[in-house]
Amino acid sequence: MDPFYDQLAEIVGPEFVSDAPEEKYIYAMDPGTMPPCEPDYVVMPGSTEEVQKILRAANEHRVPIVPLGAGLVLSGLSRALKGGIVLDMKRMNRIIEVNQMSRYALVEAGTSQGMLQAYLKKHCPDLKHSAPDAPPAATVGGNVSIHGSGHMSHAGGFHSDMLNGLEVVLPTGEVARIGSCAMSSYWNARAPLPDLAGLFLGWAGTTGVITKLAIKLYPAYPLNDVGVFVCEDASLVPDILYRITGTQVAEDVTAWMSPKPDWAAGFLHCNVNYGARTQNELIWKRNLIRSSVEHYIDEKTGGFLPLPGPMKQRFLEVPARQLSVFADVRKGGGFEYVGAIMPVELFPEAYALGLAVAGRVGVAYSMGCRVVGVNHSMMFFYAYAFNRADPDDVARAQRALEETNQRVVALGGVPWKAEAPAQQEIIDRMDPAMFAMMGRIRSVLDPNGIMNPGNWEKNG
Amino acid sequence: MKHAEILHRCFRCGYCKLPGNYTDFNCPAYAAFRFETYSPGGRMWLLRAWLENRLEPSRRFQEILFACTACRNCVEQCALPKIKDELLAAFTAGKEKLVEEGKVPPAVRDCLTKLQQYGNPYGLSRKKRTDWAADIDVDLFAGHDYLFFPGDVGAFDSRGQEMARSVATLLRHLGISFGILGAKEVSDGNEANAMGESALFQMLAEENGRHFQELNVKKIIALSPHGFNALKNDYPALGSDCQVFHYTQIVAAHVDRLSFPEGQPPMRVTYHDPCYLGRHNWEYGAARMALAALPGVELQEMDRSMGDALCCGGGGGNLFTDVIGNGPESPARARAAEALDTGADILAVSCPSCAVMLADAVKTSNMDDRLQVKDISEIVNARLNSAFPAGE
Repeated sequence: MDPFYDQLAEIVGPEFVSDAPEEKYIYAMDPGTMPPCEPDYVVMPGSTEEVQKILRAANEHRVPIVPLGAGLVLSGLSRALKGGIVLDMKRMNRIIEVNQMSRYALVEAGTSQGMLQAYLKKHCPDLKHSAPDAPPAATVGGNVSIHGSGHMSHAGGFHSDMLNGLEVVLPTGEVARIGSCAMSSYWNARAPLPDLAGLFLGWAGTTGVITKLAIKLYPAYPLNDVGVFVCEDASLVPDILYRITGTQVAEDVTAWMSPKPDWAAGFLHCNVNYGARTQNELIWKRNLIRSSVEHYIDEKTGGFLPLPGPMKQRFLEVPARQLSVFADVRKGGGFEYVGAIMPVELFPEAYALGLAVAGRVGVAYSMGCRVVGVNHSMMFFYAYAFNRADPDDVARAQRALEETNQRVVALGGVPWKAEAPAQQEIIDRMDPAMFAMMGRIRSVLDPNGIMNPGNWEKNG
Repeated sequence: MKHAEILHRCFRCGYCKLPGNYTDFNCPAYAAFRFETYSPGGRMWLLRAWLENRLEPSRRFQEILFACTACRNCVEQCALPKIKDELLAAFTAGKEKLVEEGKVPPAVRDCLTKLQQYGNPYGLSRKKRTDWAADIDVDLFAGHDYLFFPGDVGAFDSRGQEMARSVATLLRHLGISFGILGAKEVSDGNEANAMGESALFQMLAEENGRHFQELNVKKIIALSPHGFNALKNDYPALGSDCQVFHYTQIVAAHVDRLSFPEGQPPMRVTYHDPCYLGRHNWEYGAARMALAALPGVELQEMDRSMGDALCCGGGGGNLFTDVIGNGPESPARARAAEALDTGADILAVSCPSCAVMLADAVKTSNMDDRLQVKDISEIVNARLNSAFPAGE
């Protein structure tokens, strides 16, 4: 008999709570390389009220709470480092409202990216959200809370920049609304009130549980195209990205470098995705993008790849299913990546860093970046594949990830959704006053320290 | 365990939980239970942990495996082309190992025992296998062009019996020469196979195959897509060389022979693709062709149709074992709601298991005043007789 289990079962219903070995095993880890940490319970709330009750009960019994979306961060942020409850939010997946005129969607946090995408395609075909390249099972709430980025990030910034408002359950059980929704029925902006959303973005679930959020939507064009600019010199890429993004006609600008397929090895590719309402507009945008890098084409230092239809379709697919295939490169079902938020001018050094680490450690790699904003920043990723059935291969990938994190930090980048070891790297470099402030905020919001403990804490 | 070598290659990216258009969760077991353990990726990792002695095959473990309805959505959607075709085979191999070790849920054990003892999962006497045809006087097979194979659900379940009678009546209208095995027929074994009892499947298949050979059966019309799948894909390895059709294929090919009364009222129909006709055998056209031939019938597709169809939850033996359960989040109830959303009055099916599952869901969800579950032959017969207006 476990009275706390019974209490949880009373809150969410017995079918949505488990302390069975099977759930503890699966929810102990994500698909990345971090070692498993078993929760004591897995609980699936169906409403904000249920989340409130769970948090109140957890406070009463000092039980840790680990909020979970689809569990696809790959860096182990939703592992129960100190045991307790993994709070699987995916039952809370209602699309509450789409405001067509103000172009936003209000959803429950566990709504999947795919479900929102399908809903908009059916009900509001001229609108879309910025879908990440995570698989479509990834949740909207999870991705915003980790400062994700996606297919509208050139136009709209990080997904946290596209956030209009939040409903959060605070660690002590109170519900707070943040943004215009705090005083209005509209969820159209975070301004002009004090912006408290930052208290819940990038904190790895250590400050509360996001239950609802409104995100910005963008025009969905009937015509879509992609150009792939290719060159061989990494030092040119920042300027190429600067010129392309300067046209401000693209939706998404990414770069990728991979030793496979063979035709791609050694080249640097810049994908430029754009859309239009008419053929004339599409051609106009294509010409504008081309003219921005005409200089390199004239110099014969770069040019656009001719894209056969099926290849173009793959590059236009949102999300890109092909990315998951990287997990099978080592026939072992695994990859993990360091995503480093950096200024675009660091691209050449960032690329060289990745080649050096991959060569030294001997891991299968893929690299690239997504431009965030108008060249304001980039998320540079270093993906390393591993065979999860081979402990040596997993350890090799872990070494590559750790070394990459260290070098990225030394270069001036900031690891995104950092694993526990990378969090230590960040904390060591962080302005002590900021880290101290984070601690003070947490102690105010979460007096009993129940929210995802073990994250954003200094070891020892 | 067969296919053990692919288990660790699953990344758990979750494409397998969704349909191709991402509308909603499309793995029936995951949609019903919502724990990651019930997703295809969860099952892959649990199986690996079991084989590596990191997990015991507990009752819950057994239920997680047997809640799989073998609907093949995961195979259709898996992002990894080099392992996707083996996913369902790996789950079945896991069930097979549990069966070998005698570690299966009681409902599964009982179902397999009945199949073994009675040749059907209902535990009913073989003599009752022809009850469905009592009022319509169907011939025993004796040199007919086709053998009509009603299967277990068509022979024993009251809703399945209605469907079997309707199909037999329509085949007659179409001028098809057919007979049945009658009491000689045993289960096609498809569900035994899906539940991991391959030896029992072989025994059942060999018994049916012996009759096919003795009676010189050349062509078979299966009522159930489950039977169609076994007869078409699994029996040949055991020596059966019959040409196998699903009844909708026969109807589609012959419907032009029928004359329908004019001036029939409109009928809004949505069609539920059964897994064993669709994803298992890529047959999406026959039922739609049959419906397209009917005057006044307007087909409204559901968001999830053809390769994206949500399983009714009855596959993998679940019609008999109900491991997946029939609660508010059951796939059958979700599917019935999806059908109602199309504005259709009729939810058309072509599988007796789907007919049973969905009719029950419509009733449980109090939709029966707005939505009727009818099989393709019942709709064709109704149009022939003009006695089945929309919304009746």
